[in-house]
Amino acid sequence: MNWFIKFLSSSIGRKLIMSLTGLFLILFLTVHLIGNLQLFKDDGGQAFNVYAHFMTSNPLIKFIAYGNYFFILLHAFMGIYIASYNRKAKGQQPAVTNPNVRITWASKNMPILGGLILAFLLMHMGDFWLKMKLGNVNMVSYAGIEGEVKNLYERVAISFKELWVVIVYLVGLVALAFHLNHGFQSAFQTLGINHRKYTPLIKKLGLLYSLIVPIGFALMPIYYYFFR
Amino acid sequence: MDMNLKLKIWRQTNNKSEGHFEMYDVVANEHMSFLEMLDVLNEDLVNQRKQPVAFEHDCREGICGTCSLTINGQPHGPNAGTTACQLHMRFFKDGETITIEPFRAGAFPVVKDLVVDRSALDRVVQAGGFISVNAGQAQDGNAIPIEKERASQSFESAACIGCGACVAACPNGSAMLFTSAKVRHLGLLPQGEVEEEQRVQNMVAQMDKEGFGMCSNIGACEAECPKEIQLYNIAYMNRAYFKAVFSGEE
Ligand code: HEM
Ligand code: SF4
Ligand code: FES
Repeated sequence: MNWFIKFLSSSIGRKLIMSLTGLFLILFLTVHLIGNLQLFKDDGGQAFNVYAHFMTSNPLIKFIAYGNYFFILLHAFMGIYIASYNRKAKGQQPAVTNPNVRITWASKNMPILGGLILAFLLMHMGDFWLKMKLGNVNMVSYAGIEGEVKNLYERVAISFKELWVVIVYLVGLVALAFHLNHGFQSAFQTLGINHRKYTPLIKKLGLLYSLIVPIGFALMPIYYYFFR
Repeated sequence: MDMNLKLKIWRQTNNKSEGHFEMYDVVANEHMSFLEMLDVLNEDLVNQRKQPVAFEHDCREGICGTCSLTINGQPHGPNAGTTACQLHMRFFKDGETITIEPFRAGAFPVVKDLVVDRSALDRVVQAGGFISVNAGQAQDGNAIPIEKERASQSFESAACIGCGACVAACPNGSAMLFTSAKVRHLGLLPQGEVEEEQRVQNMVAQMDKEGFGMCSNIGACEAECPKEIQLYNIAYMNRAYFKAVFSGEE
């Protein structure tokens, strides 16, 4: 295992961790978004609550969820480590900022954007996940479904009526959009996937993903705040 | 046409002392190269019995990689695919103030004024940027047949002159573009391919040991490289590294 630890502590090994955890989070966000589209259903929250019940009780999905929490933390801590290492590696900054167009605002501010996402995630998890785990959520039962399920839908509807919650969501999602705008294609480059045949496609997909996913999530608090 | 320029130049006695900027006036000519303009300034300074500005140069034809100036925030100045020695004064405006700094990176300590110590790059090459052969008589050029396409691809990477502009351009002080250019240059040729696994692991290890940063795939290096070495070199190196670590012969 010595070789493996040596590999993971090399610069390329650390970047591989960033890339793989980042891609896992991208996959997770896709599933999370598609599932949560049920919040737009006008059925008093039945579909969403049943779905949430399934997602929190199925053992396989539970296992993946804990993996997900672990990967977020690993990605965040590794990202912060890399950022602080790189600051030292750069040393003194030039007095004149490089006007180089390739240094985009997003690519230069990945750790700050990541930090904003992390702050958002803590608030988000505290509001829904923790309250759900602590049992601060009412129970409901639906015809045709055995037993009671947690009314997470009600929790969402209450939260999204608060202006500050909506604003925090929007800020977090804008940060996510920028983070993914650079991160999506970066993850492939780190994996060594760069070829003139398909890299232009990866870049286009990355741009689309970084717009569609955050906008999709952003519509939820906006819809609940204004139209429910 | 003569040009009146103001130069804001980084002066530093040695790597222990604090540096600072000083202002100078110089009359240059639009046909001069950037280094010739500095020669004019230094002649003036010597005539005034002042210390000339130390800067590195050798070939002055864009092939040795010795010149190393950050001009208005850009390594090798504003022109793409051009070294500082090949940059002409006609790309500047009469009356302009030009800021000149050394290449900035933690692994490149300032030696004096605009001169930095780039021997970290030499040590990366010593760690594996070579092929092991018994140097005897020069070999027949076509003893090993190599397709034209392959030779050209390798040559693209071989164009790297080891100037370190990529490191200076990188907000992370990373030397991935430089190192990957060496790895791809040698790895694409039959003579270099045989040692690739050892080469890539040793060179990456040395690069990390020298304290270069970790690539964030920003691409600033590729935009500033005077030899237009591209980011896919880094992707090549990462692939070679993964392959060497996970499936290399022991
Ligand atoms: C769900 C949320 C997130 C997703 C989908 C995500 C995705 C990504 C992706 C795909 C990359 C590119 C990896 C690469 O270059 O190989 C990346 C890089 C990065 N992420 Fe995240 N990330 C998320 C959250 C965070 C958080 C919470 C932090 C915490 C500080 C963070 C910090 C960073 C940093 C610093 C980088 C740049 C690493 C580098 O290239 O040097 N990210 N992220
Ligand atoms: S990759 Fe380009 S910028 Fe970097 S050392 Fe080689 S020639 Fe200079
Ligand atoms: S002096 Fe040789 S490349 Fe500029």
